[in-house]
Amino acid sequence: MIYRETGQFRTSYAEDQAIFRLRQDKIGIAVILAIAWVGIPLLADEYLLRAILIPFLILSVGAIGLNLLLGYCGQISLGTGAFMAIGAYAAYNLALRVPALPLLLDFFLAGLIAAAVGVLFGLPSLRIKGLYLAVATLAAQFFADWAFLRVPWFTNYTPSGSVTAPALDFFGWVVDTPLEKYWLCLAFACLTAILAKNLVRSRIGRSWMAIRDMDIAAEIIGIRPMTAKLSAFAVSSFVAGGAGVLWAFVHLGSWEPLAFSIDMSFRLLFMVIIGGMGSILGSFLGAAFITVLPIFLNQAPALVGIQLSTAMVSHLEFMIFGALIVLFLIWEPHGLARLWQIGKEKMRLWPFPY
Amino acid sequence: MAELGPVLEVLLGGLMSGVLYALVALGFVLIFKASGVFNFAQGAMVLFAALSLVRLAEWLPFPIAFLVTIIIMIAVAWAIERLVLRPLVGQHGLILFMATIGVTFFLDGFGQTIWGSNVYQLDLGIPASPWFLLESVFPGGLLVSPIDVFAAVIAGALVIALSIFFHSTKIGRALRAVADDHQAAQSVGIPLNRIWLIVWSTAGIVALVAGMAWGSKLGVQFSLSLVALKALPVLILGGLTSIPGAIVGGLVVGAGEKLAEFYIGPAIGGGIEYWFAYVLALAVLLVRPQGLFGEKIIERV
Repeated sequence: MIYRETGQFRTSYAEDQAIFRLRQDKIGIAVILAIAWVGIPLLADEYLLRAILIPFLILSVGAIGLNLLLGYCGQISLGTGAFMAIGAYAAYNLALRVPALPLLLDFFLAGLIAAAVGVLFGLPSLRIKGLYLAVATLAAQFFADWAFLRVPWFTNYTPSGSVTAPALDFFGWVVDTPLEKYWLCLAFACLTAILAKNLVRSRIGRSWMAIRDMDIAAEIIGIRPMTAKLSAFAVSSFVAGGAGVLWAFVHLGSWEPLAFSIDMSFRLLFMVIIGGMGSILGSFLGAAFITVLPIFLNQAPALVGIQLSTAMVSHLEFMIFGALIVLFLIWEPHGLARLWQIGKEKMRLWPFPY
Repeated sequence: MAELGPVLEVLLGGLMSGVLYALVALGFVLIFKASGVFNFAQGAMVLFAALSLVRLAEWLPFPIAFLVTIIIMIAVAWAIERLVLRPLVGQHGLILFMATIGVTFFLDGFGQTIWGSNVYQLDLGIPASPWFLLESVFPGGLLVSPIDVFAAVIAGALVIALSIFFHSTKIGRALRAVADDHQAAQSVGIPLNRIWLIVWSTAGIVALVAGMAWGSKLGVQFSLSLVALKALPVLILGGLTSIPGAIVGGLVVGAGEKLAEFYIGPAIGGGIEYWFAYVLALAVLLVRPQGLFGEKIIERV
């Protein structure tokens, strides 16, 4: 009853091509945006912003980046963490060595540098696929880990190898309170989501999906595999690089190469699998799930009166993540996003049986 | 000649550690050959097997602990086959690969939950002090660790045993048939599920051997699980479907990375062992996408 399209006619092409076509969807997204932009800032305390919401938003951006590559173009990457690292260190070095550039331009250029490196490591995807490609992207991960650890130029010769981001000054707006940081991340997340959503509905996004579904068939109907695959790598790495910049500059403040280790790549992969491959909404759901689950696991045993050691909790986290990945792949390969869709279908009829 | 001694020593050390990589890669190849699954969990199986062995050996005599661990690995293989692979039969290779990443995390967590996460010493009764070979030829001789030699001998024996198993037994023939074509194998009456169980169990036992070799070298701890990441380029280099390829790939990677560290490492900051294998594998992929010994990839529409 609640979610019905009856009586809503689309009378123009513009209406037919809108992202949210149903009145209920429009109201829903407006409410969510209002809560995100106004409601949460009024209610949330500093801990919630710092520990949950800011990482959630940044990782959503990262997950969208990986989802564009894995979910839409079908090219697996285990090196997303590396592209985030490249974005972060590129922005750091640009800010350090070319102080004249405004910070926003630094961020953009850092994304472009990450994209360029992404294309470089995406090149093997023209000859190899699937599992072999996973290894090729792992190469990117290990190479980046090593480069930022061992080549002192990247870290400006700091003895400890950890670097500190400059103040976040956007044309005079200095972002330093958690709330301002939250707004900044939210703005970037919204922007990325809109761009990504429109990208996958456009010609280029459709060519990615054709490559994903069957690359030989796609080639035969006139899609250039090279353009499609490399553009997917470029866009994905650009977005991942942007997420890396935010993670380093906004969330961490000062960081060392370990912040972008292979664990980060796996976390993003899990977000995409659990959230839903090939869904922008899924990237957000997956990021929320993976961000909140460890915190929940830390708190929940104490609430019911069981004391677990920290090591135990981290092992449990491993087990639960592993089991969830397998379960989702078996039961719902399209992840939380698909569950949400099923829920919406149910809402069309509810509370009537048919 | 003065220069040759250290180089030979580096080369020998590299070859020996290459054998250890090959041991892990062997497990990958077995499973990929028979079921087409790229088993990312091989490293986790190595860790799990080594942990089980080392903890059981604390209160059981070693041979019994060894046997119990083999039974545990068969149980793990059975559980993976039953709970993960069977529901995912016929899925795209990428999905299966990601499922094994899930298995990796589960096994890592599970193993450390029940067996503990400290560093355990695994003592196989091999002298730890290195041997010096050919002292008459080179000043100071060549430094060789007995554990490495032991691992090399075991790996060699394992490869011969597996080759005989694959080529001269009924089950081995069935395994090769399954590897060639699942459906055809099934239609002539080969029970797929049992074959997979056998393959995964074999891979589990190979993992146990690899775990013993690595564990006695590094101590049994979480980082064993990461050894698998080192074995991936070995696999790519040798070709996913070739047992000799895994061995040759392991030797090439082991020797290559040690020599690269020796010659060009100091010039660019050191630690290039970390990625050398990957870059080598990537270079090979660009020239020969199927690896050195792999079967040619033929695409059909």
